[in-house]
Amino acid sequence: MRVADVRARLERLGSGVTFHVLRLGFASRFLGYLVVHSGTALRRFRLTMAQVYFAGVLSLIIILVSGMFVGMVLALQGYETLQRFGASESLGVLVALSLVRELGPVVAGLLFASRAGSAITAEIGLMKATEQLSAMEMMAVDPIARVVAPRFWGGFISMPLLAALFSAMGIFGGYVVGVQLIGVDAGAFWSQMQAAVDLRNDILNGVIKSVVFGIAVTWIAVYEGYDAPPTAEGVSRATTRTVVTSSLAILFLDFILTALMFTGGNHQ
Amino acid sequence: MQQSSGAQPIVEIRSLWFGYDPARPVLRDINLEIPRGSVVGIMGQSGCGKTTLLRVIMGALRPSKGEARVLGQLTNALDVQGLYAMRRKMGMLFQFGALFTDMSVYENVAFPLREHVALPEDLLNDLVTMKLNAVGLRGAAHLAPTELSGGMARRVALARSIALDPQLMLYDEPFTGLDPISFGVIVRLIRELNDSLGATSIIVTHDVQEALGVVDYVYFMAAGRVIAQGSPDEIRRSAEPFVRQFVNGSSDGPVPFHYPAPGYDADLELAAS
Repeated sequence: MRVADVRARLERLGSGVTFHVLRLGFASRFLGYLVVHSGTALRRFRLTMAQVYFAGVLSLIIILVSGMFVGMVLALQGYETLQRFGASESLGVLVALSLVRELGPVVAGLLFASRAGSAITAEIGLMKATEQLSAMEMMAVDPIARVVAPRFWGGFISMPLLAALFSAMGIFGGYVVGVQLIGVDAGAFWSQMQAAVDLRNDILNGVIKSVVFGIAVTWIAVYEGYDAPPTAEGVSRATTRTVVTSSLAILFLDFILTALMFTGGNHQ
Repeated sequence: MQQSSGAQPIVEIRSLWFGYDPARPVLRDINLEIPRGSVVGIMGQSGCGKTTLLRVIMGALRPSKGEARVLGQLTNALDVQGLYAMRRKMGMLFQFGALFTDMSVYENVAFPLREHVALPEDLLNDLVTMKLNAVGLRGAAHLAPTELSGGMARRVALARSIALDPQLMLYDEPFTGLDPISFGVIVRLIRELNDSLGATSIIVTHDVQEALGVVDYVYFMAAGRVIAQGSPDEIRRSAEPFVRQFVNGSSDGPVPFHYPAPGYDADLELAAS
């Protein structure tokens, strides 16, 4: 390989890294500005509640159905393994811990990114492309305060609630398959779950994860929408980037949070 | 444009330069004055810098050199709060209306009032109804923007832009894509609203013939400069070749029909055969 080729590749790599670091910097400033200018979204709370409906309530069907199926599959797979060791009564613990600690926040986050994150990006991007945001600025209304902040806080509120509902529905799915279909003892299913699932170490940590994922997904979604080139192609690419970046961010953050929460001997 | 009275012009631009890249200025040494109460056209070919000039006037872009004084304030020096305070006295009609698609016609017109003025709902309702009546669309208040024709959407956007009774109205290509009836309605509304509100209007357009019928004065732009100015009659009689080509709609002239390209023979590879 010639020296010129190596140099060209290094330059491309350098400019790629610089571009992404710059973008992260702009996105961070955007988030800071958004939080500082959230007065309108919090004072006129119905603006935020409308977005809770849009991002949260309208995502309910996909979240509840997915939660149910994930719980049912967990029960089938878990029973298969547990019964080999004569521990099929622990099925409730396995289903609940898997959902509350891990699958609830992560899968609900991935579904939230696909369903609500993409919609938020597309909506803000199209508002920009059709000059609705410029029109707002010309009416002396800050579009970040009026349009972006309510969507951010709407997502922030919705995501932990959706993750909780996902986990609850998953546990119900696990109960239907484990107790009703397979015949695991209902008392053992519920009592072992109650004894083993810890409020702080399991449930609270799961809630913290879902809050962090909610912030990450809605931050990425609103920034991508606001930053999208005002063309059909630009909005389409931004929407795709939201789903891809959010999904990777959720999986990366999940690893970091799990490492911090459930290692180092801080768990019983 | 010369002032008819001693009043300060509502827009005053002095030796203004602007460029996204300093090496390639989009606006070059612009000087203009727009007196209160007038309807002024800024005309020229697409890409000549007229929309950029409008964005400088509305404070969305800051001049690289020179100064822009709008409503008595130097826009160069305004911070965001100052800019927003100035824009409350301005209205703007965007090329395709830019209506909020998640709101009804009524809510679109009510939007600036709800955002800036704490009015009782019945008073707000009266104001919105009056603004919609002024553009002839009182009966369309309940419709969604997607149910409107292009001309109707432009009229709703006009009603929204005059909701706060602006002193200065800006129109960005207001005639684009309108049928003759809608066009006639918009022309009449621009003049009537300007006169009844006691406002001043700036129309940025490349629809020269149509605009000459409604404006009091014209600034003609080419390649980022003002190359001609005068009353509509003076512009029609102008000897400036570019203005003549534009007013007459000639396909060839100072603005060539062909985009710069290598020789036609070379492209068709005639020399090789």
